[in-house]
Amino acid sequence: MLIRLEPRGERSTLWAYGSPLLAIALTLATSGVIFALLGKSPALALYTFFIKPLTSPGSLSELLVKASPLVLIGTGLSLGFRANVWNIGAEGQYTVGALAGGGLGLWFYTSTSPFLLPAMIVAGVLGGMAWAAIPAWLRVRFNASEILTSLMLTYVAQLLLLYLVTGPWRDPEGYGFPQSRLFSDAATMPILLEGSRLHLGVALALVVVLLGWVLLGKSLIGFQLKVVGQAPRAARYAGFSDKGLIWLSLMLGGGLAGAAGLFEVAGPIGQLTPQISPGYGFTAIIVAFLGRLHPVGVLLGGLLLALSYLGGEAAQIDLGLPNAVTGIFQGILLFYLLGADILINYRIRFGSRAAVARDPRPA
Amino acid sequence: MKIVTTGESKGIAAPPLLTLSGITKRFPGCLANDNVDLAILPGEIHALLGENGAGKSTLVKIIYGVLQPDAGEIRWQGEPIRISSPNFARRLGIGMVFQHFSLFEALNVAENIALAIDDPARRQGLRGRIVEVSTAYGLALDPDRSVHDLSVGERQRIEIVRCLLQNPRLLIMDEPTSVLTPQEAGKLFETLRRLAREGCAILYISHKLEEIKALCERATILRLGRVVAECDPRQESAQRLAELMIGSELKAPTHGRRPPSDAKARLELSNLSLPSDQQFGTDLKDISFTVAGGEILGIGGIAGNGQNELMAALSGETRVRRADAIRIDGKPVGHLDPGARRALGAAFVPEERNGHGAVGAMSLAENGFLSAHRRRGLVSYGLIAGRRTLGFTQEVIEGFDVRSRGPTAEAHSLSGGNLQKFIVGREILQHPGLLVVSQPTWGVDAGAAAAIHQALLDLAEGGSAVVVISQDLDEIFALCDRIAVIAGGRLSTARPIDAVSVEEIGLLMGGGMDGATGERNAHPA
Amino acid sequence: MTFNWFVPVFLSMVSASTPLLLAASGELVAEKSGVLNLGIEGMMLVGAIVGFATTVTSGSWVLGILAAGLAGATMAGIFALLTLILLANQVATGLALAILGTGLSALIGKGFVGMAIKPLPKLDLPVLSDLPVIGPILFHQDALVYASFALVAGIGWFLYRTHAGLALRSIGDSHDAAHAIGYPVVAIRFGATLFGGFTSGLAGAYLSLAYTPLWAENMTAGRGWIALALVVFATWRPARLLVGAYLFGGISILQLYVQSLPLAIPSQFLSMLPYLATILVLVIISRDRLRIRLNAPACLGKPFHATG
Repeated sequence: MLIRLEPRGERSTLWAYGSPLLAIALTLATSGVIFALLGKSPALALYTFFIKPLTSPGSLSELLVKASPLVLIGTGLSLGFRANVWNIGAEGQYTVGALAGGGLGLWFYTSTSPFLLPAMIVAGVLGGMAWAAIPAWLRVRFNASEILTSLMLTYVAQLLLLYLVTGPWRDPEGYGFPQSRLFSDAATMPILLEGSRLHLGVALALVVVLLGWVLLGKSLIGFQLKVVGQAPRAARYAGFSDKGLIWLSLMLGGGLAGAAGLFEVAGPIGQLTPQISPGYGFTAIIVAFLGRLHPVGVLLGGLLLALSYLGGEAAQIDLGLPNAVTGIFQGILLFYLLGADILINYRIRFGSRAAVARDPRPA
Repeated sequence: MKIVTTGESKGIAAPPLLTLSGITKRFPGCLANDNVDLAILPGEIHALLGENGAGKSTLVKIIYGVLQPDAGEIRWQGEPIRISSPNFARRLGIGMVFQHFSLFEALNVAENIALAIDDPARRQGLRGRIVEVSTAYGLALDPDRSVHDLSVGERQRIEIVRCLLQNPRLLIMDEPTSVLTPQEAGKLFETLRRLAREGCAILYISHKLEEIKALCERATILRLGRVVAECDPRQESAQRLAELMIGSELKAPTHGRRPPSDAKARLELSNLSLPSDQQFGTDLKDISFTVAGGEILGIGGIAGNGQNELMAALSGETRVRRADAIRIDGKPVGHLDPGARRALGAAFVPEERNGHGAVGAMSLAENGFLSAHRRRGLVSYGLIAGRRTLGFTQEVIEGFDVRSRGPTAEAHSLSGGNLQKFIVGREILQHPGLLVVSQPTWGVDAGAAAAIHQALLDLAEGGSAVVVISQDLDEIFALCDRIAVIAGGRLSTARPIDAVSVEEIGLLMGGGMDGATGERNAHPA
Repeated sequence: MTFNWFVPVFLSMVSASTPLLLAASGELVAEKSGVLNLGIEGMMLVGAIVGFATTVTSGSWVLGILAAGLAGATMAGIFALLTLILLANQVATGLALAILGTGLSALIGKGFVGMAIKPLPKLDLPVLSDLPVIGPILFHQDALVYASFALVAGIGWFLYRTHAGLALRSIGDSHDAAHAIGYPVVAIRFGATLFGGFTSGLAGAYLSLAYTPLWAENMTAGRGWIALALVVFATWRPARLLVGAYLFGGISILQLYVQSLPLAIPSQFLSMLPYLATILVLVIISRDRLRIRLNAPACLGKPFHATG
């Protein structure tokens, strides 16, 4: 091959920050090509997708509303991924959190107590944690891959939701539609800004980012997560409990995903329906990587991908582009990001075939 | 400067089999081979001598076609040639027995050997030929056994037989005896001498001077990538060879102390038995020993006889059911994890630097924090005390002469010797009452090794107990007061270093336990 | 006679098991060489839509199947470029492939929703199809079912009876040792990955051309992930993969037959069965760490960079 990879010998900080930007640029270029292939003007499509959603009134609050579940889940996932614990089932934990908290709200649908919503939030967190506890236990006790177990549980959770909203929890005054009652006022997330959908969950998401930042960067636990992910033997040598860290990673991811689920159904959606997520749990994985597995990066990545959701909706309405374009954009972005990351540790060299360089220190 | 001390030149009529002229190879950050000349005659046993980091492995990889030189010429039987790949090298008649075996654990002996034979025609009747050749050279092998069931010595036989089946003209052996008992090494030498008599040249890479003097007719000495001497090792003293290798006057570490006879035992193991949790690991059986304050105990043995399991049991990475099987300063610790044992004043340096003793991608400060955070109080309210950590790291760097870009340098940017100095220093600056080190100077240059040895001696002088687990008998003899040998998961009784001979130790390493024949563990790794 | 229900049950079992078997056998080869490709779900979906679209537009199911396989291989090629050349993390890249494949297939499929085609024709084999009982079950099937059996047999022969297969297995065991001996590690892994993508494409084609001859978004419903679990269940051995695929096929059709029984189990719970079964199976196999270590390719998922 005429392209060679040469190890730099040390991480390039330039590219550590630059590769997400390169990936975004490449994605925009590729999206332009795809739009052209679909028969739309690339410039118009890119504008509709990325700029227009920001210019309409109330767009910023919409952006934050769409971003908050991504940021919540993404923060939890990023900490777990650092520890090499691959929680792919955040979507399922989100669903179960929504069911647990939402179920509580439906049970007490006549109540006006100020304690109802906090209780629902707690239930949501616990629900998500419980659903994540299953893959955690299976991994620790039986060494079963958490990737597959958490993912299988996502399908189970979705079916559970479907069963409940078409059956026992269906709104008796809902004309037979598969949906639950609307949540009462006491069970709805308070709005922070009049006239918008900006709810408390958004503020809580920002708090979570801050706490995540401190945890990862400055605490002993954060250090343990990093070590166990990079060098499990060194973690054991240091006395860090790898079982404990697996539990922590999954509980954190599950709890935050469950909270995100509750915030969505008790906030913008207002009830339980068969479709309570446009794939937040999976998109959050992309957000986590885009954000370099760092809470602040997750915040920025969450905003960008929230923009892609809004853009996809706008493109659907204005240009007749199918909804699937959003998913493609997100997938391509992740691909470019993973590819661009090579530049952090390696230089690309063009030239004739020569031996690939190796570690600076010979044996 | 080249010093050529000649013995007798061998048969002027025979042209060199292999000639290297001006071979140069560069890597980012270092010049591995600098203008190297080398000539090997047919049927000659030629040593390539040099300490770790001298460039031996790089040179040999160039000869075997794994790497290409940046400059220089290679001639085979006088004809200029370009050895483009290992396949090409094999077709020429060059065979290589690697230091780190390139064997496939999940496959059997026949499959492992078949993989190295490129010509399908020559793979016919392979099983029969394996048995034939291996028995003929005293290296008997069963073609159907899975590699993971074999001992290290048996695995090396596969590597050698693999080469022999291709009728090599030149056989390269890279540090072959590091995994053999003295007796097995002797048998290997017989095989090599026989091959040389039959006309096969041997390029023997080692840093073990006595071996080279016993086996080889010529030696090329490398230091820092350059050839510094060519000689007949049989005519030189080991001291002279060592000086040529290291390039300076050898300084033996100061060893003038005797442990006080009334010192209290700081580490006691009583009948420690531990089944291995590793697939190809060694079970520990009934291990007992004590180490007093101020004393250095050496645990010798060939790799794969339980050293890693013992280290894990001592550090707490593997917990033991019977808590009092291990006592530190009298307290039972078998059930405690490494953090708790460190709190009691123990410190550990594992065999593997990268990924075990240190995290390569993390900074020196983070690596300092890794094991020292408890004893040096680097955590407050669950948060990392940044400034104190930096201060501690700086202390280690200065106190142990660690060459690096500073506390923020990533661990894998350090050379092996410097990283090892850092790790040892990190443990010693926690002021432990007990230090257990495994292979303290493996893969480390002589300067760093000497510094580490001195540090261990000073630590013991201060009243701490030190345990050195090592495959290098020279190291144990240089450092330790008493020696025990671990073989097949069992430990021999510890004896004073001046009351024991290399032959006895060799027998113990081979499994003869204190005179009686011990059985090998069912899973020698 | 009792055979009356026997044949239709087995026939539906074959239908349910074939896509799993197709996808898992290619992944087995990839994993044996050390590559963990989690993106099967994405590759299957792309294969499904490409196969469907090609069959609709060209009228030829042969072309459709081929196109599906090539589409899957192309997706796998992107994965291979990222993970084998650019050394990206295999888990993350596999996930990206799954996400991208889902979106891409939905986009391409927009124009094909609601269309119907004739299912793949059943091909009879001389003599064999006339055998009692086994004849209709095994030898009156479409091309892809035959292909699935041929693949398993072929892969078993290739891996354990040829030198090339031995080389591939050695790379999965120790890529450094294989490289030191001189085998082209990256090239062989690339080929194995492409093969895995090809069979995943075929599996997708089976779904859209034979199982339910139509296109619907996300029609794989997690089968790609189940195929991954199957490879673990089979401890990376082709013969056991056949057993596993049919076990799973059996479980998934179970729900169809249980629904006709007088038990008031809501359909959603029955639909959960394959996923719960996957978890159970994973647990049973994974807890035997010894067996996993003996059979799992030691270099599975580890990036390889020639360090000389």
